[in-house]
Amino acid sequence: MPLRLLRFALNGKHSEPRMFRNHDTLKSSYDAVIIGAGGHGLAAAYYLARDHGMTNVAVLEKGYIGGGNTGRNTTIIRSNYLTPEGVEFYDASIKLWEDLGQDFDLNLFYSKRGHFTLAHTDSAMRTMRWRAEVNKHMGVESEVVGTKDIQDACPQLDMTCAGHAPILGALYHAPGAIARHDAVAWGYGRGADQRGVEIHQRTEVLNIDVKGGRVQGLTTNRGYISTPKILCAVAGSTPRVTNMVGLRTPIIIHPLQAMVTEPIKPWLNTILVSGSLHVYVSQSDRGELVMGASLDPYEVQSTRSTLDFAEGLSAHMLDMFPFLSNVKINRQWAGMADMTPDFAPIMGKTPVEGFYLDAGWGTWGFKATPISGKTMSYTLANDRDHDLIKSFRLSRFAEYELTGEKGAASVGH
Amino acid sequence: MSKRLPQVSGEWIDRSQPIAFRFEGRDYSGFVGDTISSALMACGVKVMGRSFKYHRTRGVLSMANHDVNVMVQDGARLNMRGDVTPLEAGMDLRAVNTFGGLAKDKARILDYLSAFLPVGFYYKAFHSPKFLVHAWEKLFRALTGLGRVDFNAPRIKTPKQYDFTDVLVIGSGPSGLSAAISAANAGAKVVVVDEQAGVGGWLGYNRGGQHDSSAILQGLLKTIAAQPNIDVRLSTIASGYYADHWVPLVDAKRMTKMRARAVVVASGAYDQPAVFRNNDLPGIMMASAAQRLIYRYAVQPASEVVVLAANTEGYRTAVNLHNHGVKVVALVDLRPEGESTPYAGAVAALGIDILVGHCIYEATPTSNNDGVRAAVICPRNAEGVVDTTVQSVLACDGIFMSVGWAPAAPLLYQAGTRMRYATHVHQFVPDVLPAGVFAAGRVNGVYDLTQKLKDGERAGQAAAAHVGLGSGPSVSVAPEAVSPSHPYPFVDHPNGKNFVDFDEDLQLKDFYNAAQEGFDNIELMKRFTTVGMGPSQGKHSNMNAIRVLAKITQKPIQEVGTTTARPFFHPVPLSHLAGRSFYPERLTPLQSRHESAGAVFMQAGAWLRPEYYGAAGVTREGAIAAEVQAVRTGVALIDVGTLGKMEVFGPDAGEFLERIYVGRYSNMKVGATRYAVMVDEAGVVIDDGVVAKLGDNHFYFTTTTTGSATVYREMTRLNTQWGLNVGIVNVTGSFAGMNLAGPLSRKVLAALTSMDVSEAGFPYLAVREGDVAGVPARLMRVGFIGELGYEIHIPATYAAHVWDEIMKAGAGFNIRPFGVEAQRLLRLEKGHIIVSQDTDGLTSPFDAAMSWAVKLDKPFFVGQRSLKILNEKARKQVLVGFAVPGSYRGPALKESHLVIDGQRIIGRITSVAFSESLGHFIGLMFIEMAQSAVGSHCKIRVDGKLVEATVVKTPFYDPEGARQKLEESA
Ligand SMILES: Cc1cc2nc3c(=O)[nH]c(=O)nc-3n(C[C@H](O)[C@H](O)[C@H](O)COP(=O)(O)OP(=O)(O)OC[C@H]3O[C@@H](n4cnc5c(N)ncnc54)[C@H](O)[C@@H]3O)c2cc1C
Repeated sequence: MPLRLLRFALNGKHSEPRMFRNHDTLKSSYDAVIIGAGGHGLAAAYYLARDHGMTNVAVLEKGYIGGGNTGRNTTIIRSNYLTPEGVEFYDASIKLWEDLGQDFDLNLFYSKRGHFTLAHTDSAMRTMRWRAEVNKHMGVESEVVGTKDIQDACPQLDMTCAGHAPILGALYHAPGAIARHDAVAWGYGRGADQRGVEIHQRTEVLNIDVKGGRVQGLTTNRGYISTPKILCAVAGSTPRVTNMVGLRTPIIIHPLQAMVTEPIKPWLNTILVSGSLHVYVSQSDRGELVMGASLDPYEVQSTRSTLDFAEGLSAHMLDMFPFLSNVKINRQWAGMADMTPDFAPIMGKTPVEGFYLDAGWGTWGFKATPISGKTMSYTLANDRDHDLIKSFRLSRFAEYELTGEKGAASVGH
Repeated sequence: MSKRLPQVSGEWIDRSQPIAFRFEGRDYSGFVGDTISSALMACGVKVMGRSFKYHRTRGVLSMANHDVNVMVQDGARLNMRGDVTPLEAGMDLRAVNTFGGLAKDKARILDYLSAFLPVGFYYKAFHSPKFLVHAWEKLFRALTGLGRVDFNAPRIKTPKQYDFTDVLVIGSGPSGLSAAISAANAGAKVVVVDEQAGVGGWLGYNRGGQHDSSAILQGLLKTIAAQPNIDVRLSTIASGYYADHWVPLVDAKRMTKMRARAVVVASGAYDQPAVFRNNDLPGIMMASAAQRLIYRYAVQPASEVVVLAANTEGYRTAVNLHNHGVKVVALVDLRPEGESTPYAGAVAALGIDILVGHCIYEATPTSNNDGVRAAVICPRNAEGVVDTTVQSVLACDGIFMSVGWAPAAPLLYQAGTRMRYATHVHQFVPDVLPAGVFAAGRVNGVYDLTQKLKDGERAGQAAAAHVGLGSGPSVSVAPEAVSPSHPYPFVDHPNGKNFVDFDEDLQLKDFYNAAQEGFDNIELMKRFTTVGMGPSQGKHSNMNAIRVLAKITQKPIQEVGTTTARPFFHPVPLSHLAGRSFYPERLTPLQSRHESAGAVFMQAGAWLRPEYYGAAGVTREGAIAAEVQAVRTGVALIDVGTLGKMEVFGPDAGEFLERIYVGRYSNMKVGATRYAVMVDEAGVVIDDGVVAKLGDNHFYFTTTTTGSATVYREMTRLNTQWGLNVGIVNVTGSFAGMNLAGPLSRKVLAALTSMDVSEAGFPYLAVREGDVAGVPARLMRVGFIGELGYEIHIPATYAAHVWDEIMKAGAGFNIRPFGVEAQRLLRLEKGHIIVSQDTDGLTSPFDAAMSWAVKLDKPFFVGQRSLKILNEKARKQVLVGFAVPGSYRGPALKESHLVIDGQRIIGRITSVAFSESLGHFIGLMFIEMAQSAVGSHCKIRVDGKLVEATVVKTPFYDPEGARQKLEESA
């Protein structure tokens, strides 16, 4: 038993300190303000303080820490993307993930399970090979595997998918992992807090003050703050915030839903994704099957659940695992995914001086939490886009320089 | 020892039908009408499960579908809740989540280790050293989870149905029934659902006292029986609330998707536990559970009990218990002021000790932890301070709690109700209800029976008025005089084990500690402690968690707020949600011909298409090669009926095509065809096909197989904006299509038609309407596969006839059918692209080397602005043909292999095949502009090795296109 636990028992009193301080008042000014205490905002705060010595920083959160998409996501972490710029970026994230728990001294339940993207058609096989070839070229573990490898990893899977969509092969990505989403936000939050960053929950940004094309400050439900630099890391609320500074982006919001079963004894030890059946599934350390499907097909700025989603996903789950008929769905929920036309994020400086954007994370941004924090803190501190994010600049849409990620990201998470 | 009571009037069990079953390897018996838990209780079994984390013994708590510590498994049926699952003959049950059986569960050691495992302990450990992480994870995964799935269990295909009603009433307690009656009286069609197997809710099990509840229930039921507009459905769970009153009703057999015009939520309230040390021992349960056991199942819930009360219901329970032979040792009332109703006297009159202003400080377990031995009682003042110096120990084998309720409001929350904390009842009640949603009874904060009946009547009238019936509410409801819920039924204990959440094994101190660590708002507290995340979704823990947090933070409960309630109300099996599943599969009218010709099929969107036609002793490659050979040298026939087929008519038909395609159609002559490319707003190629002009205002055109539905949808969407005078019809299913191809195809066709098929009469790229095998047909001379060929489109009903006639006419020329694979190779030899294989999500017509098809000077077409911009930009890559020298002997080139220049990826193969006619690999690839000139060399990475290739001109085969225009002589 880890020593840490002995200490809990021997100490009569619970001796764990607060993870984040409470602040009764906002200061009148900060060197930088981060909007959104999701994983991305908190990671940026953490690296700003740790790597760039900026500690007079406030993170403003309208709800609570990690309560946005960070706390709703299905936590699939992988780097087997399609474009070289995507692979390089997400691979840099995986490298950070691997040591993050030790850095924080917090268990993030980072669990490397391997990730199979199943192919049911020959065109899917072509895409899998494309990804594998690009990944291997970039030094990322990724390969096209046949049905036997899939069956070895998951003998319970019906390889014909009820006869509707026989599995022809898969893209296998050994580094594929999952992690405990809340702990990631708390770890970054605690680390930032310990270094002097102020995290203000229940503090909503209502307006941003821009004069002469420069950020001056912002108004919150708790008063005005002046600041020269604002990082917008609000995922599903991005259009509302970019509207405050008159910035146009091609982001539209679609709900993305997910659901979990009651706990059952673990049997699924890998992560499975099927694009054709719109299913991705893993089993948590609590024993719940955590499942998602593709985006809701229309634009809605809401986190309501739909019955259609639960019905469709359940049907596809049973195609893959008929023996789960008696297993019950405990809970379903939704987040607001900030979708871009090319399934890649929008990061970096903007035409509004002092306004930095970290958005367009859609259905795939959790895995990018560490690297986006790293690169955005650099960008903010130096007022210069980090090299890794240059392809993700906002101007690429006007320039017709879209990334080619669409082919791989559509249901991959 | 049997705990079965003599007959109790209104009991749900059928004593004439005994049932034998097994639990944990021992034989028991119960009756039809029992649940698993009631039958076990009747047999004297108290320990029925182990808790999730500490593996403590647990038994009945609620008998109301929240007893998630009593989950049992029978073969493939897992996580069955004992408290509500009907007993069936022959069940062979085991408690889930034990290691070595319920009694000897090896994991019970965790209970003794609990001091090492405080709230959130797992975040603080097991992450270093890094090399041990995997081992810890394995241990966690071995311990976690509840039931075990049986991988051999067959899929259960459950039917679904749709239903409609004016008013859906959820809950058949007094307020629900009264709402149903008043809504029906106003003329509404009403459906009442109740998750319980019996009607009446509270009226059915709460019998004693001033109201004769069974008489009231009988009265309501009589009215309902006489009211044809009311349909009562029992054992039916309203499992969620979705937009526009869309409520899935789940019963054992199916899910019914109910669309109601108005919904009355009369779902009652959940009895809440008091929190004291060892409050989870078997034998400690809600007073309502004890009453359910008596009145529904005729089971004596214990023999000597202490009742812990903070409301009238606790007193009434004491009376009922006494009347059914249970010895009530004492009634402990948390409230210093005690009970003000006559029940106080009634209890006292039975000789039961009433200890007002007292609490249970702790429960003492029996020596083997299989139940409770005694209750330790201490005085507790109005501030909640417990005087532990004054203790009395009361021996008992049961403790029944009635200290308060939480509204059964998940459906109200899901519907978007704003709730407020009402201090007169110490519970959340609806503040602002959404349109068409109404609440009545306990969920609405109304507890007094007379008032509940009125509240139901009011809600029923309001619901009827909402659907336009009756004149709205005419009754008023008096508020409760005394709160039925205690605001803080908690007792601290230095040794803990005072549980707030039974699903997740959370003790009171876990909440203090979580707050100390900064998790001091309700959402963060939920996430850190996991309160309410278990299978009961916090039905007996969320409210208490809010109370604790309010106390810790010194905030009013209203300000602390609640967490978001999400579907489902109770967990729903995947089988019910999945239903039978529906996979539409499209077959062409020639399916039977393909089957008898030995076709091997492949999926193309929703369609099945012959990949190739197999024969005994012939390999796939051999079969495909023979098909290619037949097309190149003789004659062959392919089914192309899966192509999308569209028709546009009207004065603006030409204009419409000009707008949706990048090419020009206004100058086409009647009788001509033209290739057509479609792009989206961003200038990305999304579809292609052939446009045929049949008349001045009439075009017929094709789309790709997978694109037809989306293209048609997009066309109609666009014309809704444009308002052009044109009719657009999707005739994909009405027409069959086949391509008769090969140098001998003209001869075959000539034998079957009266048309002039000469090169002059029917030239390349022409369209003709005529007859084939006596059937009216549209024929196009197309060039996709590079041989003389006729695409024949005929009404689908004649397809088989025409196919057969062509086969007969071609028999002398060795005609054979060919499949998609041969066609792919043939078109590749001609350098023709397949949209979505040779293009991707960013490919413009320029990238695809189809600049010739784009007429930028047209007034307008979809994507024109983007293409104009792209046309000005330096192009990055372009699609070119390539060839690998015939001497290459390495592994096969495949699509998606990359073109590499030093360390850089400069291109990618989109199509590749070994061409028998040319004797080497040929293909299409994207490549950077700088390397794209014909004759450039490049390197393709094939299985790790670099293979030389050369950019070549397309078509690879018959570059002049002579074969497509073959004269008669050939
Ligand atoms: C169901 C679902 C499944 C997903 N699965 C995966 C997956 O498997 N893998 C993966 O990599 N990604 C996944 N994602 C995507 C991923 O969750 C997100 O991209 C990522 O978490 C975004 O993090 P964030 O910190 O940018 O945003 P968030 O976590 O949403 O944080 C933004 C915060 O900003 C706050 N905010 C908004 N407006 C304001 C304002 N005006 N003032 C103050 N605060 C404000 C919000 O309250 C919120 O807390 C999934 C998403 C969903 C919804």
